[in-house]
Amino acid sequence: MSIAPPIAPERQRAPFRKSSILAMAFMFVMATYFLLPAYWLVISSTKGPTQLYASQGLWISGFKLFSNLSGLFSYNGGIYLQWIINTVLYAGIGAAVATLISALAGYGLSKYNFKGKELIFSIILGGVLVPGTALALPLYLLLAKVHLTNTYWSVLIPAFVSPFGVFLARVYAGAAIPNELIEAGRIDGASEFKIFRTIAFRIMSPALVTIFLFQFVAIWNNFFLPLVMLSNQKLYPVTLGLYSWDNQYGQAPQLISYVVLGSLISVIPLVIAFLSLQRFWRSGLTAGSVKL
Amino acid sequence: MVLSSAPPKGQADVPQRRRIKDKSSKMGAPLAFMSPFLLLFAIFFLLPIGYAIYESLLQIKVSGLGIGPNSTTTQFAGLANYAKVLANASFISGVGRVLEFGIVQVPIMLILATTLALLLDSASVYLKRFFRLVFFLPYGIPGVIAAILWSFLYLPGLSPIVSILKGVGFGSINFLGIHSVLWSIANIVTWEYTGYNMLIIYAGLQAIPQSLYEAARIDGASEIQVAFRIKIPLVVSSLVLTAVFSIIGTLQLFSEPQVLRSVTTNISSSFTPNLLAYTKAFVENNPNFAAAAAVVLAVGTFILSFGFLKLVQRRALSEVEV
Repeated sequence: MSIAPPIAPERQRAPFRKSSILAMAFMFVMATYFLLPAYWLVISSTKGPTQLYASQGLWISGFKLFSNLSGLFSYNGGIYLQWIINTVLYAGIGAAVATLISALAGYGLSKYNFKGKELIFSIILGGVLVPGTALALPLYLLLAKVHLTNTYWSVLIPAFVSPFGVFLARVYAGAAIPNELIEAGRIDGASEFKIFRTIAFRIMSPALVTIFLFQFVAIWNNFFLPLVMLSNQKLYPVTLGLYSWDNQYGQAPQLISYVVLGSLISVIPLVIAFLSLQRFWRSGLTAGSVKL
Repeated sequence: MVLSSAPPKGQADVPQRRRIKDKSSKMGAPLAFMSPFLLLFAIFFLLPIGYAIYESLLQIKVSGLGIGPNSTTTQFAGLANYAKVLANASFISGVGRVLEFGIVQVPIMLILATTLALLLDSASVYLKRFFRLVFFLPYGIPGVIAAILWSFLYLPGLSPIVSILKGVGFGSINFLGIHSVLWSIANIVTWEYTGYNMLIIYAGLQAIPQSLYEAARIDGASEIQVAFRIKIPLVVSSLVLTAVFSIIGTLQLFSEPQVLRSVTTNISSSFTPNLLAYTKAFVENNPNFAAAAAVVLAVGTFILSFGFLKLVQRRALSEVEV
């Protein structure tokens, strides 16, 4: 990655200064704080329910990882796998469609002049400030009227809307797509949509990855919307599923081990994707604050 | 934030010639590009807001014994639901609780995030890439799962933290007590979002041209002076962004307390305004009250975050431009 400022830090690095030791000590304390729960999760996923309570929390005791695994994937007819699939569908399709729609809208707002443009943009930006939880409840009441609650659609379609995505797409299109290129396309007789598809879309692709990431995580993280919309367990995303198990230890004590392991498995792909795509976060965040 | 800033000039210029020649493409093309978003935005953003306001103005009247299909009627209630919400002791104490939470947690988190970002940007720290990854890691864990995870770490008998603290001589600390539980939630939120906020601020720091520091160093400024006099003033906009999103998140607090309810009875069903709205709508079957509560909360959130934005924007501008 090309983010670290290339020369400056090297030049004035004086090893083992007092301030440096203090700073490093602080960094390690903070790193412990951020890593400890994750470490506990990894260790605990290898324990059965009895060892979870009986053993020292920070070390392995009675290796039960494989029985936890088979239990997790077979409990209640293998519903955990269904939850994982649902989550991938909600977040994957939701974020892909949201990215496409945001790219179109951001491009339209950036590259054309028309009446009411700034008003529309202001309303969309107002949408960034409207919290998702405030919308979920009225959305539920609304969808209940048309009998659409407790369906895939009730969780999927609201995720197509990303005001923040439109904002990023507009800023990026404005900065990265030269008007001359669009003009050249027009002179060659390309339609407006073809210009978008063949020129703009490609130039905007780094911003589109950022939008996809933001929306993907937003959907993956959204708890309130599926909680109010869904009553059929088979439609749950994994967060809601694990939450429902978290409330059933009374009836089924083995569930605590499944929740621990299930939490670990559900975050592994996300954490990897996320850390390896970190530079896209940064580019999006920079775009967001530059325009501030 | 961006709300009031003018669009960059010259970006949106479609050459004059075309604008005059072809009127249909002037409105047609941009509308075609924006229509999928605008349609969905109208249905899933504007309509629910409108519908919440509409529902909040109605109430269900029960006639007779309240038995049978025709015993309840829905009628216009004016602002009665709003009066009930604002007079509801649970709602008021819930608002007070999240405000108390926000006043303490948001500054702590942002100071921590800024400190970490400054350290990552300074010459005193090695292993920068490693630390950046570690600090950002919790953001990759969904809020509900983070809350479940921490609920285990708060639970006596399960938690290594409780047992270690006991071993070191702190006695048995109760993370889930009636007063401590709010701060235990604050810890979960801090754990989750510090790294994310750090990254926003760090991105701002990285955008500062190195030449600015050189000038300061020639003048003999120490690294701490550079941090406070140059770096922080130049990332004020990033700080404002993180503060606004944190304020919004705080007032909407829901998942973390909802999850912790499975390990403690010290979180009532009206612990935060959102929990109360949820309970009213789905447990007590009073969607009208819930809608009014949601509207009050959304308006309050909007005023607070927007007001904060305006306030800071004005001050930041006058400071930076001196």
